[in-house]
Amino acid sequence: MADTQQATYPQTAHGDAHHGGEHAHASFAHPMAPRMLIGVFLALVGLTVITVVAANFPLGEWEIVVSLTIATIKAALVILFFMHVLWDKPFNALVFISSLAFVTLFMGITLIDSKEYQPDIDQRVIERGPAEVVAPAEP
Amino acid sequence: MASIVEPESAAPHDHGHHGDHPEFLAHHFETPQQQYDSGKLGMWLFLINEVLFFSGLFVAYAVYRSNHPEIFVYAHQFLDKNLGAFNTVVLLFSSLTMAWAVRHAQLVNNRGLITCLAVTIGCAIMFLGVKAVEYSHKWDIGLYWAARFAPTDHHEGSSTLIWACLPFIIFSVALAAATAVSKWRQYEQGFRFYGILFLASLAFYVGLGSGIAVPAVMGSGDSHGAAHEQVAAHEQPAASHQVVLAHDDGAHLETADEEMPRNVGIFFSIYYMMTGLHVVHIIAGIIALSWLLWRALKRQFQAEYFGPVDSVGLYWHLVDLVWIYLFPLMYLIH
Repeated sequence: MADTQQATYPQTAHGDAHHGGEHAHASFAHPMAPRMLIGVFLALVGLTVITVVAANFPLGEWEIVVSLTIATIKAALVILFFMHVLWDKPFNALVFISSLAFVTLFMGITLIDSKEYQPDIDQRVIERGPAEVVAPAEP
Repeated sequence: MASIVEPESAAPHDHGHHGDHPEFLAHHFETPQQQYDSGKLGMWLFLINEVLFFSGLFVAYAVYRSNHPEIFVYAHQFLDKNLGAFNTVVLLFSSLTMAWAVRHAQLVNNRGLITCLAVTIGCAIMFLGVKAVEYSHKWDIGLYWAARFAPTDHHEGSSTLIWACLPFIIFSVALAAATAVSKWRQYEQGFRFYGILFLASLAFYVGLGSGIAVPAVMGSGDSHGAAHEQVAAHEQPAASHQVVLAHDDGAHLETADEEMPRNVGIFFSIYYMMTGLHVVHIIAGIIALSWLLWRALKRQFQAEYFGPVDSVGLYWHLVDLVWIYLFPLMYLIH
């Protein structure tokens, strides 16, 4: 679809955006074709329907995997098309993806550590009784 | 970066009144493209901050869910996934109109830009309308964050819904007044700006209506909020109690002698923090979009100057991205 876009609005080598009348645009602009925008939107809605329908089936342990996989496909569609990373400078994409690397580190290391304290929590519950631990704080 | 842009494109035409420098081009930039690229890189860096900012809450979610899955399985039944899905589609549609607004800005179609911005603002406000219904249904039955968590079987009408709506009613009335005053003072820019925002603010009431209608139509009405009749007394929150629960996917009620897991309030703390922070971002987005609308009405965007529209668009899509993950993590737990 990018090809039809190029054909309709040929990219000019220089910043002479004002010569072509109403449909001219700057050399660094990349207007998305309406067909592509609507197509991506419909795909996103379709994936939303699929994930809601999938939630009705007892998938057990796989439920979180399925729903997060669908969410990630949706996120990729939004990033690549709506945020036009596909046509952006690769450096900007690299910058954004680097944040995901740090999120992975953050989450991974915290999760490795988090189980360490469960015995302490269980011990506290046994010592003090569940009711006391659970009782909501009085305002 | 200046070396890759040919010098003659620095000032292709005399837009501005500063000699060879267009008015929109800050004096420290050589060319419109250099300004655009710098702004965009800055926006991506800001989005990194946003991702890491939200990731703290996602980590909290992951830690609690991995340690206490039973809390999440129990508590998700108080969330209506049809409403969540409806709000997802509202946000996805707003992302579509935002992306389309960027297209209009790039093609210097000012009328289209104004229309798309107005629809995007309307969708954002509609999202808040649905959220108001969801939040107030939980507050009505005492499903607060952990410190105030006290489920009750009685709910005092919909008084919390009125409180949740009050800021928006004031917002609509203030915008209507501003529109009328602008008309009276013959302030054309203000009249159009406040008038469009007033029309967009009416989407809140569409959201309210949808928030009430969707569960009814989808047959999940009984599972949501007020219909989550907590039959048992909750003087002893840790004790076993009877709960009448309906599943999201069916209208049938089932009586479960279900024991509420310990610390269910933690789920709602996480829920309110994550969705609440997301709502704060939606409100910030509405302000940023209104700023674009004001400038679009002043015809400030040009073929080589659409960076602000593009940058706000990136921000808006990120807010959408956060919701894309929040929706399955909160609403679609089994």
